[in-house]
Amino acid sequence: MRKLTFKNGIHPEESKVSTSALPLETILPKAGLEMVYPLVQNTGAPCKPIVQIGDEVCLGQKIADSEAFVSSPVHSSVSGIVKGMRKALTPTGVIADAIVIENDGKNIKWDTLKSYNDYTLLSKEEIIKKIREAGVVGLGGAGFPTHVKLSPPPDKKIDTVIINASECEPYLTSDHRALLDETERVLEGIRVVLRIFPDAKALIAIEDNKPDAIEKLTHATKNENSMEVKSLVTKYPQGSEKQLIYSCLKREVPSGGLPADIGALVVNVDTLIAIERAVLRDRPLIRKIVTLDGGAVKNPGNYRVRIGMSYRDFLEAVGGLKSEPAKMISGGPMMGVSMFSLDVPVIKVSSAFLCLTADEVKTYTERNCIRCGKCVSHCPMGLLPYTLNQNVVHGEMDEFLKNNGMDCVECGSCSYVCPSKRHIAQSIRSTRRHRLEQMRRGK
Amino acid sequence: MEEKLITVTSTPHIRSKDTIEKIMLDVIIALMPACIAGAYFFGIKAISILLLSVASCVGFELLFQKAVKKPQTVTDLSAVVTGLLLAMNLPVSSPLWMPIVGAFVAIILVKQLFGGLGQNFINPALLARAFLLTSYLPEMTEWTVDGVATVTPLENLKNGVLPVTQDYINALLGTNLGGCIGEVSAVALLLGGIYLILKRVISWRIPVMYLLTVFLLSFVLRRGSGIAPVPFYELITGGLLLGAIFMATDYSTSPITPNGKIIMGIGCGILTVLIRFYGGYPEGVSFAILLMNLAVPLIDRFCKPRVYGVSKKKKQALRGGE
Repeated sequence: MRKLTFKNGIHPEESKVSTSALPLETILPKAGLEMVYPLVQNTGAPCKPIVQIGDEVCLGQKIADSEAFVSSPVHSSVSGIVKGMRKALTPTGVIADAIVIENDGKNIKWDTLKSYNDYTLLSKEEIIKKIREAGVVGLGGAGFPTHVKLSPPPDKKIDTVIINASECEPYLTSDHRALLDETERVLEGIRVVLRIFPDAKALIAIEDNKPDAIEKLTHATKNENSMEVKSLVTKYPQGSEKQLIYSCLKREVPSGGLPADIGALVVNVDTLIAIERAVLRDRPLIRKIVTLDGGAVKNPGNYRVRIGMSYRDFLEAVGGLKSEPAKMISGGPMMGVSMFSLDVPVIKVSSAFLCLTADEVKTYTERNCIRCGKCVSHCPMGLLPYTLNQNVVHGEMDEFLKNNGMDCVECGSCSYVCPSKRHIAQSIRSTRRHRLEQMRRGK
Repeated sequence: MEEKLITVTSTPHIRSKDTIEKIMLDVIIALMPACIAGAYFFGIKAISILLLSVASCVGFELLFQKAVKKPQTVTDLSAVVTGLLLAMNLPVSSPLWMPIVGAFVAIILVKQLFGGLGQNFINPALLARAFLLTSYLPEMTEWTVDGVATVTPLENLKNGVLPVTQDYINALLGTNLGGCIGEVSAVALLLGGIYLILKRVISWRIPVMYLLTVFLLSFVLRRGSGIAPVPFYELITGGLLLGAIFMATDYSTSPITPNGKIIMGIGCGILTVLIRFYGGYPEGVSFAILLMNLAVPLIDRFCKPRVYGVSKKKKQALRGGE
């Protein structure tokens, strides 16, 4: 099998061995624990609470929703009492309104949790409605509501659904473990998605540093006509949507466009499990598979964690720290957000929690650009990161736009390879975000 | 866990182990064979010029940054590289004040006044050499081996003297050859070049395209003296290898884009042959590279790599507009 890849990119140290061999474990919040549900957990409109302080809620009950199309409801991941509403910091750095629920430990289930559906009897619309009601969003990191993604405009014909199992970020192994430990659920999730796009073919794209997953999936999809396992070269950022599509199909998403424009749709592994739970069993998204790793962690592993549980409680439940961390990151070391507090709830897009020691993460001072060109030869988007960095430093917005700064995928490869340790990705990202915000405001 | 001070930064949280020092050290290592060859063939005087040049470059950088109260960057080893390159571009017979004057031009005038490492638009060591060559022509063109006056292979070619087999061997090894301290041994320079390309410090594009262009043009064009073409001999003599491997590839003064590097190599090659064949100087490498240095911003401007998803969009937009 020819291995697929994209142009440029980097090879950071993988650091996956401490967790990749450990099976998934489930962490349940203890009774009496306060669970925090931010009303902004994903891309799209914020939700409004539909419960009141003092209400008793069940496990899996919808507690907040929004009328907007691009939005996703929030569900309680425990049964208990609504203690209050307050502002809460989320792992993405946003401060959002949140509902606080005290866990009574009884796990009383919401009515709908008892059903079991034969999805082949459901229409496309019914499937998509179930996915929306379950609060499923893209669990790879961006958190784009899945029901929106699965409803492309009718003129866009999807011919390929790519299952993003590349997991190119160092340390992260949650998708790898999900593929191994929940294979059948992943496949059911793919079947559901293929019900929505009956003419499409599903490509399960796995980096070749996970040979066991490739083998298991290849075996499991032997009799599936519309599924194929593809082996990808292990290279960062292989899991970036645009790079993954190029690797698999040699098609490029047009600048400013969507994968649907070129007939592709990318779904993450954990999202497929959430789809399977939502459509087959009416279970909302109330748990997330999180990789816990880093030199400061006592028991690294992959854990099914209830959404709403704080990182502090999660860490305590699995044995805590063995040494003082120098940096705590929600997500991977290339694109994750570094955190300053553990009193932050696990949300839908939490994919990893890393507590890294001073040896694993260093801080650097910027030095003069020596024009070595490494950022250019490693940029997966074909940009000139050093020029963009200069544009930002000099405040040249027009030049920044002319140099296609808005096409940056923020993968951080430029900063990674820079021998002068310049904060290239940071400068491009902040300018990009600022510009996106301006555009949203209609300027 | 107690709340303690914790580092919070933007992404990415991990960085490669590459540093400026490592790159400069690699260049120094790559220069060593040629330096050792120079020291071996030209003796103690060559060593003193090398050391004096390095010390002056480092010293001037140190003094300048002290004087203008800028952060000290002398430990990044870039001044050492400039010092070595400057000395390698001087004849062994040059008086000992020459590397000091050259170091002043290279470090103060060319490098620091334009903002230091990475900011100079012209190669410091080369401009210093050009300055010395035009200001002190007799000292810079007096070639000796073991104190005996000699001529360089390129002067011979200019005068219409064809090389014999022994000349090829001399040029490859650097034995019994007139020339600058660092340019005489082709084999030593090639070793350094292979090291740099294998370590990915430089790309193959500039040196290979440079040498290829010189080879082809020396094959096609005729020298003024009308002698038969000796393209391979043209490659291994003079400052060509030193220039192609170590000077034209200088990060600050060469294009950053892959296609730009190819143009840089070809441009240097054309200019070198034109100066060698039809110009007043026997050797044209320094001036060829210096001229191309000036064209680098323009080259980079026109050689931007294609951005993912962009040109396709333009095409689609065109089609949609019709």
